[in-house]
Amino acid sequence: MNLELYSREGISGVPSRLFIFSTIVVIGALIIFTRLWYLQILHGDEYRQKSENNRIRIRPVQAGRGMVLDRYGKVMVDNRPAFDVFMLREDAKDFKGTIMNVSGMIKSRPEDIEAIVRRDSPFIPVRIKKDIDRDTLAMLLTNKLDLDGITVSIEPKRSYPHGTLASHLFGHIGEITEKQLDGGGYEGYRMGSLIGKSGLESKYETYLRGVDGGKYVEVDAAGREVSVLKEVDSYPGNNLVTTIDLELQRVAEDAFKDKAGAVVAMDPRNGEILAFISSPAINPDIFAGPLDPQEWNRLINDPMKPMQNRAIQSQYPPGSTYKTFVAAAALEEGVITKDTAFHCKGGYRFGNRVYRCWKKEGHGSVSLHRALVESCDVYFYQVGLKLGIDRMAAYARKFGLGEPTGIELSDEKGGIVPDKAWRKKRFGSPWIDGETLSCAIGQGFNLVTPLQLLSAYAALANGGTFYQPHLAKAIVGPDGKVLETFQPKIKKRLDLSPETVALLKDALQGVVNEPGGTARSARLEDIKVGGKTGTTQVVKMRADKRVKGQDLPYWFRDHAWFASFAPAEDPRIALVVFIEHSGHSGGHAAAPVAGKILKSFFDLEKQRKEGTQGEVKVEVEREAKAEGEKKSVSTVSPSPIPLPLPIPDSPVSDSL
Amino acid sequence: MIDRRLITNFDWTLLGSTLLLTSLGVLNLYSASYSFSSGSTPVFLKQVYYILMGLTAILGILQIDYKKLERYAYWIYGFSVLLLVAVLVVGKTGGGARRWIGIGGLTYQPSELMKLSLILALAKYFHNRNNIGGYQLRELGIPFLLVGVPTILIMKQPDLGTALILLSLFVTIVFFARVRLKSLIIAGVLAAGSAPVLWHFMKDYQKKRLLTFLNPEFDALGSGYHIIQSKIAVGSGKVLGKGFLSGTQSQLQFLPEHHTDFIFSVLAEEWGFMGSMVVVLGFLFLVLWGASISKECKDKFGTLLSFGIVAMIAWHFLINIGMVVGLLPVVGVPLPFFSYGGSFVITVMMGIGLLLNIRMRRFM
Repeated sequence: MNLELYSREGISGVPSRLFIFSTIVVIGALIIFTRLWYLQILHGDEYRQKSENNRIRIRPVQAGRGMVLDRYGKVMVDNRPAFDVFMLREDAKDFKGTIMNVSGMIKSRPEDIEAIVRRDSPFIPVRIKKDIDRDTLAMLLTNKLDLDGITVSIEPKRSYPHGTLASHLFGHIGEITEKQLDGGGYEGYRMGSLIGKSGLESKYETYLRGVDGGKYVEVDAAGREVSVLKEVDSYPGNNLVTTIDLELQRVAEDAFKDKAGAVVAMDPRNGEILAFISSPAINPDIFAGPLDPQEWNRLINDPMKPMQNRAIQSQYPPGSTYKTFVAAAALEEGVITKDTAFHCKGGYRFGNRVYRCWKKEGHGSVSLHRALVESCDVYFYQVGLKLGIDRMAAYARKFGLGEPTGIELSDEKGGIVPDKAWRKKRFGSPWIDGETLSCAIGQGFNLVTPLQLLSAYAALANGGTFYQPHLAKAIVGPDGKVLETFQPKIKKRLDLSPETVALLKDALQGVVNEPGGTARSARLEDIKVGGKTGTTQVVKMRADKRVKGQDLPYWFRDHAWFASFAPAEDPRIALVVFIEHSGHSGGHAAAPVAGKILKSFFDLEKQRKEGTQGEVKVEVEREAKAEGEKKSVSTVSPSPIPLPLPIPDSPVSDSL
Repeated sequence: MIDRRLITNFDWTLLGSTLLLTSLGVLNLYSASYSFSSGSTPVFLKQVYYILMGLTAILGILQIDYKKLERYAYWIYGFSVLLLVAVLVVGKTGGGARRWIGIGGLTYQPSELMKLSLILALAKYFHNRNNIGGYQLRELGIPFLLVGVPTILIMKQPDLGTALILLSLFVTIVFFARVRLKSLIIAGVLAAGSAPVLWHFMKDYQKKRLLTFLNPEFDALGSGYHIIQSKIAVGSGKVLGKGFLSGTQSQLQFLPEHHTDFIFSVLAEEWGFMGSMVVVLGFLFLVLWGASISKECKDKFGTLLSFGIVAMIAWHFLINIGMVVGLLPVVGVPLPFFSYGGSFVITVMMGIGLLLNIRMRRFM
């Protein structure tokens, strides 16, 4: 090259500085090259994923939860569409105006709505109201033009076509907690997923729960849906067929009316619960949607404690119903024979105290049969003394008292079977013999739940097999296919001699059917009922002061029990009726209710036998609904399904 | 009449690579603005009009011997400063900044013209003042003034990106014109000392941008959003890209300003590493080729002028892509041939015109 070129006038070293410059630019380009390599090749997959996350939103479609059916396939818990209101700030051209407009319709304060909406990004729809009623929905739809950015979505929600019927059974569902999600074991759940929180909903969660579907949508930066990429169908959950007989449940509730207490009926041949009442009932709808704090406060502060499931959570002294177990113990232990007689003159002196019999004038000389039929306290005081508290307790435990029965409901209580060890542990003092007398007539420290008492009587009724009471009969797919049947579970055997069982059962049917029996009001025309009444004093009364039950203040009134089974010779139903603070004796208050229920049971049995011959397909029955409503229901819950019913009965195991 | 020699010496390579990059730019802009419509004329079509205007400007520039420009350099510079003052007085506001003046129905951004004017003025200054041993600090007083006045005016708009370009042009040209080492050190110290002053002049959003650059996740939905989304767009292109018109980041508007300053991320997303490298190599070639023009120029003014223009293109290229790939803070520096914007297109085209001009007159 010509030297001339380099000696440009007034400037030197141009090539070397151009070289430096070029080098800097090349290095810059190399850095960019490396950076692009890093971003696009080393981390390309990661960024591709991020860009996909940017544009793809999964809009979950909640699966319909399985229904809860009665043993004949009748719907007890269903789903209905619930409408939630959402607001997308981005789409609200006049933000304040829209809020003002919508606030009146959904009855929320505009400040509250604004606060909720502002919590999230303007591109995300925020739920401002859950489960609006149809009138509100109609109002929102007709005023759509004034409601930019307001949308309504449909989610299936639990519905209870029979209102409060058997409400304590189902439990409730709610949104899964963060703790549960973090804790693991909840695959397939996401924030906001509904999960069974208590009762059958919780116990059979894995069956009832469906598989949520989803819509994969492409959105732009503003969150607007641009296209739907794919849709995954949701799959409804399986249905739970319970052992409950809806018809029987209904008549039982009618018979029980608005009393407080519990009624539980069981098939003594397998432990299937046929009817289950805890009263006062709760409206299960309260828990189906967002819980209203006021409503909640009202519930938990209600002196009648409606939240308490009285059949399994309330513990009461069993009263005279306990005598059956004392009798069993005495016979088995050889303390008495069926002919051993004691004399009752209205009271029994023990120590320096007189323990009175419920019958002031006394029963005279009674043996076991009459003592049970007429529920003589004095007889059992003496039997109790002969037995001693520990032997009495051992037999009570044999009958399943003192521990939860194991029914598939949460928070079941176990009751108390007192003995010397228990007293020592509980009070730190030795047993006082006088207490044995109270315990022998079920008035001491003994506490039982209605379900415990029922299970014990059912075990006696079937000859000595203690079945674990259960509520689930089968799991049926949305298509009606039976997926699983639950077998009865024998928890234990009472190991009573057949003679003892026969003696006791005969005496118990005498309670209902013989003159002088305490439960004659439970008598049926053509079927022999066996049972035992019980009246539990809430406050101790002095022997000289007998006040009529109804004259006492409510909280001091007696409880009434009646534990029964029928037909006495080969029982197909065991039933416990418990009336809290009835103010009447078991024979007067509880036995008539039981009689009504038992009569209905056999009437229904007869009807069914006449109406259906062998196995027939029964359609799952739904409450008649308005045509329009029906349509929307079918979008969220499975359509009526044919059930191959009756589901083959669980094998009735051979009794002793 | 145009001298025959001018046609024989015409730099077809430079024009060819310019047109190639420009075409890629229009194609990319078509995709970038595909999914949204602003106004009646599509963005890419407007860009084509600007390019045609730029090509016309090239034709015009080629008519005049660049040496004549030396005579008018200060006048052009003064005119540009006047326009910048006018912007501050009667300028149009857009996006929180006052950068444009309206001429008839059109708007023009004088700070773009200022880039070329500054190069011209500096080239003229150093051309007139010879110092073989290297310039001393006191000789740099006027160049300081030449860059300082427009820089402050532009910071006032505010437009950090253009101000930064002016400063980097000044530094590179001074370096190129050759300064004594001692002076260079003192100047460096002075520059460091003036940083707080510069910080003082910066608007809050500019400060925030700088801070966000240091930690983009800090304000993910605010000013960090640009950087994060841009990196996602670039990275998600992987090796071969998502395909023309198929970049989800740009088509679905996750990238803000994706047809102006962040246009490269659209390209990187749709054409991947391969496409990006084609463009990077294209720029590299253009810059090195331009450097050879400077090198072969026989007179000092032309050497300085051509170098200044090459440096201008180089810095735009490096700063813009560096910003898009998250290596540099988000400052409004457009990418030549690719970013949308009339004033900038015309400035770049005029720069190319001057390079062609200098190149074809290298033997005259």
